Amino acid sequence: MSTTTSLGASPAAAPRRPAASPGYWQGVWRRLRHDRVTLACAAVLLLMLFAILAAPLIAPADPYQTSMIRRLKPVGFGNHLLGTDELGRDMLTRLLYGGRLSWFLGITPVVIAFGIGGTLGIIAGFAGGWVNMLIMRVTDVFYAFPSVLLAVAISGALGAGVFNAILSLTLVFIPQIIRVAESTTTSVRALDYVEAARGSGAGALTIVRVHVLPNVLGPIFVYATSLISVSMIIASGLSFLGLGTKPPEAEWGLMLNTLRSAIYSQPVIAMLPGLCIFVTSMAFNLVSDGLRAAMDVRN
Amino acid sequence: MLLYILRRVLYAVPIALAVSLLCFLLVHIAPGDPVNAIVPADAPQAVVEQIRAEYGLDKPLPVQFGLWLLKVVQGDLGRSLATGRAVTEDLAIAVRNTLRLSLVAALIGFTFGTLLGAVAGLFRGTWVDRLAVGLAAAGVSVPHYWLGMVLVILFSVLIPALPAMGAGPGGSGDWVWDIAHMRHLVLPAITLSVIPMGIVTRTLRGIVAEIMNQDFVNTLRGKGLRRGGILLHVAKNAAPGTLAVMGLQLGYLMGGSILVETVFSWPGTGFLLNSAIFQRDIPVLQGTILVLALFFVTLNLLVDLLQTALDPRIKRA
Repeated sequence: MSTTTSLGASPAAAPRRPAASPGYWQGVWRRLRHDRVTLACAAVLLLMLFAILAAPLIAPADPYQTSMIRRLKPVGFGNHLLGTDELGRDMLTRLLYGGRLSWFLGITPVVIAFGIGGTLGIIAGFAGGWVNMLIMRVTDVFYAFPSVLLAVAISGALGAGVFNAILSLTLVFIPQIIRVAESTTTSVRALDYVEAARGSGAGALTIVRVHVLPNVLGPIFVYATSLISVSMIIASGLSFLGLGTKPPEAEWGLMLNTLRSAIYSQPVIAMLPGLCIFVTSMAFNLVSDGLRAAMDVRN
Repeated sequence: MLLYILRRVLYAVPIALAVSLLCFLLVHIAPGDPVNAIVPADAPQAVVEQIRAEYGLDKPLPVQFGLWLLKVVQGDLGRSLATGRAVTEDLAIAVRNTLRLSLVAALIGFTFGTLLGAVAGLFRGTWVDRLAVGLAAAGVSVPHYWLGMVLVILFSVLIPALPAMGAGPGGSGDWVWDIAHMRHLVLPAITLSVIPMGIVTRTLRGIVAEIMNQDFVNTLRGKGLRRGGILLHVAKNAAPGTLAVMGLQLGYLMGGSILVETVFSWPGTGFLLNSAIFQRDIPVLQGTILVLALFFVTLNLLVDLLQTALDPRIKRA
C-alpha cells in the first residue's frame, strides 16, 4: 500500500480526493471482515440498536404501567418474559425502553465532544504557538480531575437531569479528545507533503481540508469510539447516583438503583439492567479495539 | 535533573490554582442564588443576608475567590450545611477510609494486572494471551457498581460468607486492621480492583510485546542468557511505563470510588459526596472534590518525577 498522493503536486492540480488512497479503506474492510470478535460484537450492537429503536412496536407492555399485586415476579411469570420490577412493571419492556435513554446518554456526549474537541485539537495542533498554548493549558486543568469525579462534580452542582448529565459528560470528554486530536495533528503537520503543499502556495484552509483532515479524522474517530463504553458506564452511574434521569423514566442505571432493594428477594431481576450495560459497553469496547487494529497500517 | 524537578513542581502550582478555581465556581454554576445553595429555602431574610455577608457573596467574584482561597490555604473548607460540623473534620475520616480501600484495591488490581499482562505479552497469540485480553476487556467494560451488586448477591446473599455493607462490625467509624474489619474490605476492594487490573494488563502486555521485539533481547538470547535472565532485563525496561500507569490508576481509584462506596455504604469520600449531593450540601461537595483533585494533581507530579528518575532515557531538564 503505497501512499502516492499529493507530493509535489502543483496547487492547480491539488487533489480533490482525500489523501488516503482507495486501497487503504479496502484494506481496513478486508481486515475487519476476518475479525470474528469485532463482527460478532458489531452484530450484537446492531441487534440491540434495532430492538431499542423498535421498542414501541415490540415491547409487550406499557413501560409505566404499575401493578401492586404483580411486584417483583420472577422470570417467566405469566406473560412477563423477564419478570416484573419493584412496582410491578414489565421488565422486558422497561429494559427495551431503558436502552433508548442509556444509549442516548452514552453516545451523545461523545458525539458532541468529538465535534468540539476534534475542532479545538486540530486548531491547536495546526496553529501551534500561543493558540496551542492557550488550548492545551486549559485542557491540562480539566485533565487534573479523574473523569468520574469531574462528571459527578458538575452534575452534582447542576442537579439531576438528562441535559445536565450530558453536559457534564461532554465536558469530561472534550479535553481527552483535544489531546489526541492535537498530538495527531502536530505529527501530521510536520510531514513532508504538508511542507510541500505549503511551499507550492496552498492556503492554511486548503492544507487542513486536503492534507490534515483525511489523515487525522480516522485516529480521532477511533479514539472517540473507545470513549463510548466509558461514557455509557459513567452516564448510567450518574443515574445510579440519582444524578441522571429521574423516576419513573426507564434507564438502565436508574433501574439498577431502584432494584437494589430487591437483591435479596429477586437477585436475577435486580441484575438484568446492569447486565445490559455490561454487554453494551463490552461490545462497544471490542468493536473499538477491532477498528483500531484494522486501521493500523503496521499490521 | 534538579532543574527539571523544580520546573515540574512550579508547573503544578498554576494547575492547582486553576483546579481550585473550578471547585470554587461549582457553587456558582449551581442553579439559582448561591446563598440558596447554602441556607435552607425557608430561612428568614435576615439570616440570608447575614450568610451572604459572612461568605462574602456580596463582593465581586474575583474577590470572593481570593477570600475563599485564603481560607482554604489555612485549612478551612467551611461548614457542612447538614451537620454544621467543619467540612475538614468529616473529610479527614472519609479520606482515610477511601485511601485504605483504594490502596487494597490497587494492590489486588496491580498484582493480577502485572501477572496477566506479563504472561500475555510474553506468550502472544496463545490461549493464555487470549484469556488475559478477554479478562482485561471485561475489567474495563464492567460497570463496577453492578459488579459490586453481583458480588453481594453471590457472597452475602446466596453464600452468606462476607458482610455487604459498612466498614466494620456495628458500623463503627474506627478502623482496626483485624479480621472482623478486613472482612468488610474484601468485596468493595475486589469490585474496585477490576478496572486497574484491566488497564494494567493491557498496558503491560503492549509494553512487554514491544520489548520482546527489540534487538537487545535477541542479543541476550544469542549470547546464551537463560530465560530468567532475559526476563529480568525485560522487567527492568517495562517498569517505568507500567509504574506511570499504576500511579494514575491509583488516582482514578481515589476519585472514582464514589459508585462502589455507594453500593457498599463504605464511609469514604464517595459516600460523603453522595450524601452531599442528595442534601445539596455544597460546601461538603466543594471541599471533597477539591481535596480529591489536589491529591490527583500531586500524584501526577510524583509519577512524573518517579518516571524521570527511573528511566535514564528520559532526559528532561
